[in-house]
Amino acid sequence: MVGITSFHAYIPSYRLSRDEISRAWGTKSIGGERAVAKYDEDSLTMAVAATLGCINDSPHQADGLFFASTTSPYKEKQAAAILAAAADLPRDTRTADFTDSLRAATIAINSAADAVKSGTAENVIVAASDFRMGAGKSQFEQLFGEGGVAIAIGKEDVIASIEGSYSLYSEMMDMWRLDGDSFTRSWEERFIISEGYLKTTHQVISGILEKYRLTPKDFSRVVYYGPDRKSHAALARNLGFDMDAQVQDPLFDSIGNTGTAALPMMLAGALDDSNPGDLILVASYGDGADALIFKVTENMKAFKADQKIESISGKKVFINYERYLNWRDMVPLHELSRPASPPPSITCLWRERKGVLAFYGNRCRHCGVPQYPPQRICSNCQIKDEFDDYKFSDKRGHVFTYTIDYLTTNRESPAVVAVIDFEGGGRVMCEVTECEPSEIEVGMPVEMCFRKIGLRGGFFNYFWKARPLS
Amino acid sequence: MGTIKDKVAIVGMGCTKFGELWGKSVDDLIIDAAHEAFEDAGLEPKDIEAAWLGSVFSGQTALSLSSPLKLQYIPVTRVENMCATGTEALRGAAYAVAAGVCDIALAVGAEKLKDTGWTGVQPANVVGRTSMGTAGTELELSPPGIFALLASGYFHKYKLDPEEGKRLLAEIAVKNHHNGSLNPKAHYQNELTVEKVLKAPIVATPLGVLDCCGVSDGAAAVIVTRADMAKSFRDDPVYIKSMAISAGPGRDPISQDYDFAHVEENVRASKLAYAEAGIVDPRSEISMAEVHDCFTIHEMSIYEDLGWSKKGRAKDDIEAGTFHLKGELPINTDGGLKCFGHPLGASGLRMLYEVYKQLQEKAGPRQVKNPRIGLTHNLGGTVWGGIACISIAGNELDRG
Repeated sequence: MVGITSFHAYIPSYRLSRDEISRAWGTKSIGGERAVAKYDEDSLTMAVAATLGCINDSPHQADGLFFASTTSPYKEKQAAAILAAAADLPRDTRTADFTDSLRAATIAINSAADAVKSGTAENVIVAASDFRMGAGKSQFEQLFGEGGVAIAIGKEDVIASIEGSYSLYSEMMDMWRLDGDSFTRSWEERFIISEGYLKTTHQVISGILEKYRLTPKDFSRVVYYGPDRKSHAALARNLGFDMDAQVQDPLFDSIGNTGTAALPMMLAGALDDSNPGDLILVASYGDGADALIFKVTENMKAFKADQKIESISGKKVFINYERYLNWRDMVPLHELSRPASPPPSITCLWRERKGVLAFYGNRCRHCGVPQYPPQRICSNCQIKDEFDDYKFSDKRGHVFTYTIDYLTTNRESPAVVAVIDFEGGGRVMCEVTECEPSEIEVGMPVEMCFRKIGLRGGFFNYFWKARPLS
Repeated sequence: MGTIKDKVAIVGMGCTKFGELWGKSVDDLIIDAAHEAFEDAGLEPKDIEAAWLGSVFSGQTALSLSSPLKLQYIPVTRVENMCATGTEALRGAAYAVAAGVCDIALAVGAEKLKDTGWTGVQPANVVGRTSMGTAGTELELSPPGIFALLASGYFHKYKLDPEEGKRLLAEIAVKNHHNGSLNPKAHYQNELTVEKVLKAPIVATPLGVLDCCGVSDGAAAVIVTRADMAKSFRDDPVYIKSMAISAGPGRDPISQDYDFAHVEENVRASKLAYAEAGIVDPRSEISMAEVHDCFTIHEMSIYEDLGWSKKGRAKDDIEAGTFHLKGELPINTDGGLKCFGHPLGASGLRMLYEVYKQLQEKAGPRQVKNPRIGLTHNLGGTVWGGIACISIAGNELDRG
């Protein structure tokens, strides 16, 4: 049996209300709110958060990692390799990026399932994450949201088995981005919805029902992509699904359209509420469509996702539109006259990759004190080269002392900086993200998160920051 | 172990006015400071046998000193130890004389910070690049941010209400500005009030703009010779009693043992210095001191680190006025980094310039009574990993 063995959704804490966007532009609000990734997040960092959660919830070591996104940080360079390094996966992990299409996540899930079925992999994590931007004042600006989700596909301890799949492609210029485009482009809405989304998704769902001789009533849950609330509802009517009883919440009101991550995010929501025996129909859309049928197994009872999708989307900090403009670099701002940090050395980054990406320090075998960064001579007992690797990324800590520094070149000054003491020993000095200056205090409990430090020297610099424990 | 005590004498010093010296280059500053020292010692540049330059950002290699002064093919060395750089230059010169390899040596500290166009000075991640830093992991934290961590840590450890803590720090700024206002060479010439300091915009909580020292241009120079030759230059030479330096082992930023309520290197350097100088009770034996008040919290910490106030009780001495010009132990009589300004590489020698003038009783309206022993203290680097330099000088050779 091949299917889902673990899943975990990551949704940024920040929200922008659609009314706030409409306040800025004098346009009509579509209502609700959208999730906003902070300026130190991108599709890769959100995928890391989701993947670490997925690994944490899974009893099996992953031997494959697929990254699905239309907003990979690099045009040429695999993001999955960075993701695997940050998630501390073994060197012989199979990695791949699935990009360019809004249905990249289901393409990756099908590929993962094929690999597991064929025996070339045991447990493959598909991390889908997207960070698409709509131009200022556009409908997309209101619609889009950011988030990531990771789904593990394996054959042992399966919580939802894959019972069938059906795919088709369709060529239509409905939505696209060129190299260098910041914002998603699209053709005339009525055309692309009626001839593109509605027809193609209808076809793939009809196709899979026909292929497996099933009817809409056979499914306890129907999870399908929708570009917007209205089109999504129209498809349910066309196909004869009961909107209230069967159709999974597309999260438009609470998170927004998260692109590649949207469908697996909805699937995570459906799995959260599922019971053994439930049949779930899934359909994605983007340059064609993929449909999948999942059957929830008895193992679901034992599987307890430590963070349900509702609880993540429950932690919210609303920001104003001006702050959003700054985070997205949509307005040139006054910069403090300070020297910029020098770009990192790629050689040093490579040499220190385990410390930088997976946040490993080491622990002295002689005196037992954990230390970051990894030392060769113990800072406590001065013994030489007597250390074991020690991972800090999963350790919790508290603020020992702090400052709110107004003299930094951060995108959003002031920066909250703290000395963090870890449970079990060890100390780092780092930025505290997702923490308003008024919130920081000595003793505050924190956890570590993988974040984008910046784009310097023509490449992205990622590292770990602390954030308040929710 | 040997000692430098009473082996080396200071026979000439110079110091430029510190400030935003838009019309002067670093070469101008070096020439002005060095020639004041030559004149003070009654020497010619050709009499110098070896020279040291201390500069953090304003000049690399010995040529930055030999070329503006036109020193004629003599040994010259450029040294750097962050904010302790000036004292480091003196160490080179003094040890060379003590070793007997030369009889007359020059040390110059110079810095031109105001040509950069920056607000403040560079953050640690720009200047202090560790191996992890070059991998892009080093924290961007401004110099006030570095010392703000000490303030937060100190307030927390000693349960000082931040409001009360801020007020105590403001008293230090007010004291140093009062002293500096009596000094025409100081960057700032104004008095402050506690209220004004408290109302200044925050730079890095809890520190405000007026808790920070001036970012300045300036240079200072010193000429040292053998103690037994000193009187041939002048009647009132000043003798070096101790030159201590302590570099941190890199424990404090990664170990939970460090309390962020003191600076360990300050403590260690002071113990070395007092031992070398034969000082048993520093509070009563030292006549005056110039210390590294880059931020007011550091001066507060120094009171304790150098053994003048009890741990956690600097408050009592601040409130008692112990460190005022007319107090029991006058500190930063020339205005300190806070008011005199802080051209990094020059500061250590600027401090020594004040000690020298005080010990010669030439400090004018700032003169302390019957001075015998003066101390300078510098900290290069950060509160969790620094280089503390302490020099002690006296106006008499130890009769013992």
